[in-house]
Amino acid sequence: MNYTFKWSVLWTGESGRWLLQGLLTTLELSALAWVLAVALGILAGALRTVRFTPLRWAATSYVEFFRNVPLLVWMFFWYFGVPPLLPRGIQDWLFNHGAEFWAGMLALGVYHGARISEVIRSGIQSIPRTQFEASVAMGLTTFQSYRLIILPVALRLIVPPATNESLNLLKNSSVALTISVAELTFQTRQIETYTAKAIEALTAGTLIYLVLCLSIATIMAKVERRYAIPGLIARVGPAA
Amino acid sequence: MDVSVITSNFKFLILQGLIGIGPFIGGTLRLAIPAILFGFVLGIFVGLARLAQAPWIRMPATMYVEFFRGVPLVMVIFWIWFIIPQLLRLPIPEYGVALTAFVIFEAAYFGEIVRAGVQSVPRGQVEAATALGMTGTKTMAYVVLPQALKNMVPSLVTQMIVLFKDTSLASIIGYVDLTKAAQIVNNREIKPFQIYIFIAIVYWLCTYSMSVFARRLERRAA
Repeated sequence: MNYTFKWSVLWTGESGRWLLQGLLTTLELSALAWVLAVALGILAGALRTVRFTPLRWAATSYVEFFRNVPLLVWMFFWYFGVPPLLPRGIQDWLFNHGAEFWAGMLALGVYHGARISEVIRSGIQSIPRTQFEASVAMGLTTFQSYRLIILPVALRLIVPPATNESLNLLKNSSVALTISVAELTFQTRQIETYTAKAIEALTAGTLIYLVLCLSIATIMAKVERRYAIPGLIARVGPAA
Repeated sequence: MDVSVITSNFKFLILQGLIGIGPFIGGTLRLAIPAILFGFVLGIFVGLARLAQAPWIRMPATMYVEFFRGVPLVMVIFWIWFIIPQLLRLPIPEYGVALTAFVIFEAAYFGEIVRAGVQSVPRGQVEAATALGMTGTKTMAYVVLPQALKNMVPSLVTQMIVLFKDTSLASIIGYVDLTKAAQIVNNREIKPFQIYIFIAIVYWLCTYSMSVFARRLERRAA
């Protein structure tokens, strides 16, 4: 291999600033998308377990359609496909205010919302039906029993698979580089373009992702132990 | 809504993009099928290595899995794209880069599934096979793996669907799969909404039929 390493490209010039900006954008994009995904996931996951057929059907179609199509296609769809349908004024406003970031956020959030809802659904379904019946018998409405009885227990049960899915979201935020969101992978490529030092740039980006993922996994393992429900060893959720 | 853009480009999108017949070397299926096969085979070795007694086999396999599960696939594709031409000192077509990246990356995930599957086989099965005088390799091949495979089917299919969707990322380095074919058509026709919804439906039909097939397989195996 005929390659001269020059690690100093990572701390000379603009590289350091680019990496930091990329990291911040990745975190911001993932955090916002995560909030959207969890909200959609809880909503769709809960609706898929109710008795009322139209609601269950609507939630099922959302989940089955969005999670079975590649994220990249959704990125292109939200970035190129949707804005032309909006009124001219909104379009102009969007493209002056970082449309690619919001499109990427929507694509990530809606796609992972569908995936997280599967995790939440399996959590809800692992709770015995009698819990729900008991809460209704005590005079709670369906909404109240979900909010006060079912969801608090389900959310504690699903910490491990939900962590897994959240890390997938973080890693998948790299796909947003295709619609030129200046996140971490995008900035890594930028350093490579400016310095022609591919290995150094890729190493820096890869290490940042690794440290990020491993530290979140470590923290969440602690959270899992902290919030484990005593006496329950039920493992919930699909493996992948 | 005007869908003529789909009818007039249907042949290009399906034949070139999905299957890979046409002027470009491409096709989602032509990439996905070997990637699934080789990824699973490598995954078996990775999964078994993670269960090995000897630490010098187990540790590298664990590091392999932890590493690839901690980085985005896009990053791995870029690594292979830059590294292989440097190592071999010759240009590699996008197809080779994409296939290598997918096999290496997905083997980590397949490996975890294989490991969980093997661990789901009761210990008594191994003991019984040993008592019958079978060697370690024979026990693995004839007793443990066949039973493990049955338990693995649901997660295996899930992972295959994930891999199938992931092949769209090969379009980033210019491989003409369904997503890239859609981009090519869109650059000419500028009808993004119709085109991207259409390929979303095509992807959905493929992945959904995979999951329906898996459910039938599970019922028969059960």
